[in-house]
Amino acid sequence: MSPDSPPAAVPAPDLSPSAVQSPPGLLELFVAFAKMSLAGFGGVLVWARRGIVDQHRWMTADQFNETFALCHFLPGPNIVNLAMVFGSRIRGIAGGIAAFAGLLVPPMAIMTILAALYARYGEIDALRRILAGVSCAAVGLLIAVVLRMMMPLIKQRDVVGVVVLAAVFIAIGVMRLPLQAVLLVAIPLSIAITIFMRRRSPA
Amino acid sequence: MNFGANPVATLIVTFGLMSLFAVGGANAAIPEMHRIAVDVRHWMTDKQFADIYAISQLSPGPNVLIVTLIGYTVAWVAGALAATLAMCVPTAVLAYYVSRLLTRTSQSRWPAIIQAALVPLSIGLMGASGLILAQATDRSLIAALVTSGAALLAFATRLNPFWMLLAGGILGFAGLV
Repeated sequence: MSPDSPPAAVPAPDLSPSAVQSPPGLLELFVAFAKMSLAGFGGVLVWARRGIVDQHRWMTADQFNETFALCHFLPGPNIVNLAMVFGSRIRGIAGGIAAFAGLLVPPMAIMTILAALYARYGEIDALRRILAGVSCAAVGLLIAVVLRMMMPLIKQRDVVGVVVLAAVFIAIGVMRLPLQAVLLVAIPLSIAITIFMRRRSPA
Repeated sequence: MNFGANPVATLIVTFGLMSLFAVGGANAAIPEMHRIAVDVRHWMTDKQFADIYAISQLSPGPNVLIVTLIGYTVAWVAGALAATLAMCVPTAVLAYYVSRLLTRTSQSRWPAIIQAALVPLSIGLMGASGLILAQATDRSLIAALVTSGAALLAFATRLNPFWMLLAGGILGFAGLV
């Protein structure tokens, strides 16, 4: 997830449907997603958008937002889902797999090498100190993403949303309850409250 | 679920199951990864988990690849591969089928309602990730200041996150954190 990840907030430059180029082949899909993935540091979404909409013009901004919204409310890593859905819309299952593999294989290879280096040299004092410093900053970046995503709820005075947010935060972050148990209660409850509120005040 | 002897099978079951509950993406699943890797399975210490998170942020690619690092810690290359595929394949398949199903019903109001209901939930999960990671990393006043400084800068400016990670690394190397 990127620092700009709330899907509704993705800015949409105007591109008419006619601006969409001819569909790419399998290799082209693999290479394009590998490039986006390797450029995307701290989150691939921004680069995926840039590559798919602005650079290659494989989708209009609206199509991209719609596809991302779908992948955002499905479980699992959003950007991985997006690669699969995008690839398969262009070139069927094989296209989905090509995009999926392009997104995951190259960075996974890098990650495995880093993991091996960490396993071997992780106890070296200088490295430990550097990692400690980097992780402090990395946590700060995550907190900033959370704050940015919270702003729309606060601006809309969405009391229910804030209460749900706080309840999940306490259940998972403070009480350390298992995710499944919390979600099995929170998801139906949150959907029920959302429907109830919309019925009461049809906006 | 005790698969005892076979750590790769344990990884597949653990992350396969987790992915289906990972509402809001990889960062929202961090608390659950932490709970299982540190508290339940004792695959690593709190500190190692924080290190792994830092490494995953330092390298390119989707954030979900922190599971590659967890998998490697448990069962080397086979573990890295198993954990990553288990975390990514089931939901990608689900996404594929749902997207085919929804192409005709995109006018429905259900996606909007479900999204409105899930957004606060996934923000709460990510907030919990932030808290758990902060408790693992911020063991000194200066460390807490680095975290809050990075949070404020990233929240208020468009500065490339790389510079904040670099600054954190330099402060760490200098032994200040």
